[in-house]
Amino acid sequence: MLIKIIPEIGHFALVIALLMAVVQAVMPLAGAATRRPLWMAYGRPMATGQFLFVAIAYLCLTASYMLDDFSVANVANNSNSLLPWYYKFSAVWGNHEGSVLLWSLMLAGWGYAASVFSGDLPRDMVARVQGIMGMVCVGFLLFILMTSNPFERLLPNMPQDGADLNPLLQDFGLVVHPPMLYMGYVGFSVVFAFAIAALLGGRLDAAWTRWARPWTNVAWAFLTVGIALGSWWAYYELGWGGWWFWDPVENASLLPWLTGTALVHSLAVTEKRGSFKSWTVLLAISTFSLSLMGTFLVRSGVLTSVHAFANDPSRGFFILMLLAITVTLSLLVFALRAPRVSHKVGFNWLSRDSLLLINNILLVIMTVTVLLGTVYPLILDSLGLGKISVGPPYFNALFVPLTVVMCVFMGLGPVARWKSMSGRELWRKLGLAAAAAIVLGVAMPLVYDGEWNLWVSLGIISALWIVLPMVRDLFDKTRHASSFVAGLRKLSLSYWGMVLGHVGIAVTIVGVAVVSNYNIERNVRMSPGSTVEVAGYQFTMTELTNRRGPNFLADTSIIQVQRGEEGRSFVMRPEKRLYLATGMPMTQVALRPGLFRDLYVAMGEDLGDGSYAMRVQYKPFVRWLWLGGLLMAFGGILAVADKRYRRAAARQAKPVHTDRSTSQEATV
Amino acid sequence: MTPKRKQKLFVILGLLSLTAIAVGLTLYALRANINLFFSPVQIAQGDAPMERQIRAGGMVKEGSVSRDPESLDVEFVVTDYVDDLEVYYSGILPDLFREGQGVVVVGELQADGRLYADKVLARHDENYMPPEVAQALEEAGYSPADFQAKAAEVGKRLEQEGSPEGSDY
Repeated sequence: MLIKIIPEIGHFALVIALLMAVVQAVMPLAGAATRRPLWMAYGRPMATGQFLFVAIAYLCLTASYMLDDFSVANVANNSNSLLPWYYKFSAVWGNHEGSVLLWSLMLAGWGYAASVFSGDLPRDMVARVQGIMGMVCVGFLLFILMTSNPFERLLPNMPQDGADLNPLLQDFGLVVHPPMLYMGYVGFSVVFAFAIAALLGGRLDAAWTRWARPWTNVAWAFLTVGIALGSWWAYYELGWGGWWFWDPVENASLLPWLTGTALVHSLAVTEKRGSFKSWTVLLAISTFSLSLMGTFLVRSGVLTSVHAFANDPSRGFFILMLLAITVTLSLLVFALRAPRVSHKVGFNWLSRDSLLLINNILLVIMTVTVLLGTVYPLILDSLGLGKISVGPPYFNALFVPLTVVMCVFMGLGPVARWKSMSGRELWRKLGLAAAAAIVLGVAMPLVYDGEWNLWVSLGIISALWIVLPMVRDLFDKTRHASSFVAGLRKLSLSYWGMVLGHVGIAVTIVGVAVVSNYNIERNVRMSPGSTVEVAGYQFTMTELTNRRGPNFLADTSIIQVQRGEEGRSFVMRPEKRLYLATGMPMTQVALRPGLFRDLYVAMGEDLGDGSYAMRVQYKPFVRWLWLGGLLMAFGGILAVADKRYRRAAARQAKPVHTDRSTSQEATV
Repeated sequence: MTPKRKQKLFVILGLLSLTAIAVGLTLYALRANINLFFSPVQIAQGDAPMERQIRAGGMVKEGSVSRDPESLDVEFVVTDYVDDLEVYYSGILPDLFREGQGVVVVGELQADGRLYADKVLARHDENYMPPEVAQALEEAGYSPADFQAKAAEVGKRLEQEGSPEGSDY
């Protein structure tokens, strides 16, 4: 009996959370505007309460899934009694309503954290941040309660069993990818709230950036991991061996990542030098708006891909309105309250400031090109001007050269001084690194493949050009220490964070360059006894059998793999599964991962005469893609762990002067 | 003009020229890579360009799929129930590819009237006929409703009577 009440408790909790969010949205902002401490004090308890009640609602939904309560429509549509428990747990966010509830939970969580960890911020600033986060929460809770309620019931005729989770989602990827991604998307709401709060309060000095930086870095790190996981998941789940398709949904996650990266760097400049203030605020607004836009693209059914759950136009309309209101209001506040731009530029054309400016510009250009390619077909379609598609050739043609250009500047940035740097000194430091990068980059394809390849060389040169200057810089910084290790120890965590972040990108670029150019794919017809040779490995199908899994039937093939004549021998077992509840087929790829190469075997189609069409692929360096992503994220987290963010001393908010001393700094 | 103003002017001019280059390149790349969609009726009417990458789609015609026993070559017919289009493809067909279901192929139309596909994408639509096909029919002057009904009828029938892959258990 109690089980039947749980969804109702969850529903009620959401309503309470909405009410608290409304109070949180209104009172602190009103209090900050009229300077009433009592009103401002509403912020923290409301943020806490809202988090608590959304958490209760989320727990209720999870409980309904785990207890197989098929009277709840959401559970009936997305779960099944045969589903393993860990997939029931993740199925909560494997559908539209549940995933929006997860979004709200994370939003409430980040809001709560921002309230709690804002120790020495001025009270009115905290109040405004809470107020703005409250407004976003109201938007999403309204969205849930009005269009996407996960607690709808199917009483009194509840089904015997559920429709089962989409087989493509019955995978470890579902357990990790969406939560990481959402933590990133939602995390950018904090820096957004900070930016708007700073605008509203007229307190647009550089100090707000110091408070905002850790939050932004963490959100960015989560988003990086989320995107890397998505790519990895698509790679082994979809059965084609691809890792990035320029699919609109993938682009939707890349866009806030690109502006988020620009934001992370822009915040650094604003904190250190007090410049780029308005630009940083604009980036904060853009990043969160792109997060919302990503949500719109995925949730409204405007696109059809593996991710499209929602086909209800009212949902799309609601999110579009939410997006429009957010963007309009925030840009309005920006237009009215942005500080007047100072008349002095304050830095030389060759300086870390200008290099970071160029970095930002390039990232924005990349964002706009990806945005254009993603949104153009939708706009044309909505205007009735035809149904077109924009494919990978467009994105690759623009994105790859822009990345190479960005890498050129990425090599210089970490080594350049703030405000002004002499070209001769830069050349003296980096000339050797440049020569080494070019020589090694040009040599690499010749050594690897015997034939020169422009794109591989460009990729290797770019990656080396990012890494080698930093190595040189490390030596320079540790020259005066008692020993190399002692010198390394003295360097701040934020510096190491920067190093790791940049190394991460270099690793990813190497992965992309090598796997895109040197991967080998063979589609062959195989039956027991046949052998195919790919990249020095012999793949022999020894058996074609079938088996029964917990909720599927499968055709399994046993592939014996032998490396060369004398090499190691192992077995791979790809499968073609048929999930019973939905009747959907799915490919279970057999992977032999390695740091320098992956072997990838997938079953294609049953050709009817005892043979199967098989995909056999050799993918060199593909793991470097995701390894790079992990390194980047780790770097972002490391930067946040830096001592200066942990100093307990109460700080007054002080405006930062723009003409700082030009000493080379070990911190970033 | 003061030196600072000059510096600012250069910065702005630099930004503008970069932007102009970027926009120019983007639009060029966009135009060169847009894939237009054609339905069999439009191809039959001669609307589609030859020897250029296009997308074509419709439903897979009942009984039209034939595979070469030695290799991975396959031929099938894509139809919108007004006209047919022969497609030739060499490779593995996607999991959701079925007779009576929607499909989109990307490839080049050759002089012999067949489309040589580079990619085959299966579309599982609730209405069986993908929306692009319905729109293309409308543009060609037919009323899509009748053909959507036919598509649904064939699609449903084949779904029910046909056995899903691997049903020999």
